[in-house]
Amino acid sequence: MSMVLIAIATLLTIAMIGAAWVTIRAKKVATAMLAAGLVSLFASVMFLFLAAPDVAMTEAAIGSGLTTFLFFFVLGRVRGGSDD
Amino acid sequence: MGLILDIIGGLLLVGGASFLLFGGLGLVRMPDIYNRIQAGAKTTTLGTLLTLAGAACLQPAWGWKLLLIGVFLIFTNPVSAQVLANTAHRRGAEKSPLTKIDRLAEDQEGKA
Amino acid sequence: MVEILIMLAAGLAGAAFLLALVRFIRGPSRLDRVVAFDVLTVIAITFIVLAALVENRGIYLDAALVYALLSFLGVISIARYLEGRF
Repeated sequence: MSMVLIAIATLLTIAMIGAAWVTIRAKKVATAMLAAGLVSLFASVMFLFLAAPDVAMTEAAIGSGLTTFLFFFVLGRVRGGSDD
Repeated sequence: MGLILDIIGGLLLVGGASFLLFGGLGLVRMPDIYNRIQAGAKTTTLGTLLTLAGAACLQPAWGWKLLLIGVFLIFTNPVSAQVLANTAHRRGAEKSPLTKIDRLAEDQEGKA
Repeated sequence: MVEILIMLAAGLAGAAFLLALVRFIRGPSRLDRVVAFDVLTVIAITFIVLAALVENRGIYLDAALVYALLSFLGVISIARYLEGRF
């Protein structure tokens, strides 16, 4: 990897740790779900930098897109759309 | 010719990335949610489009794929910003005290 | 010459990434976090394009295509949840 990619990957790692911290510490469930989607997004970019574009595409489609959608859909159905 | 195209492409990349930086700065500095949506949506759309144009100048063989990404961005990014602003207005998100006029609320009062 | 410009662009995009991340972590309301999520996705597209330029591989752009389509889906579903319309 070149210097640019190493710098971006370091930044993404720090961002992943920050987003995971938000996931743990969040007061509301919706915030935690959003932060978990963000961790998945950064993991997808990291897979791309490790020269696995197919894994990155699957991770972006399933982990970041479908899982976030499904979480919010189920949360909206379970609680009737109200906050806790 | 190739060198000129390379330099134009690199400058477009830097310009697009600086627009992204202005967008991030607006996201941190703006006072309320509507201004943040504005700063986050417009500048990042333009910045990413400029970056895609720069990449197309550097690698002309990728032009069609980059054009497709740009078209998707133009279609989806303003729509998501509009949906977010509509949601914020419906939930009654607080406005900055500097807000002078709110046409959407006036329209809804006129209808009701 | 071009490599220096690409590095400069990556630095600027990285600074924008950090600022959006600050808004995501601090953000008082959930809508602020959604806006930051949207901006972070778009900046990730820029990172992918820069990585494709550095590594000189066009196949990386397919992942950027998936991103450009799916950030939309995530934001729409979150907005519908916050409106209580599921």
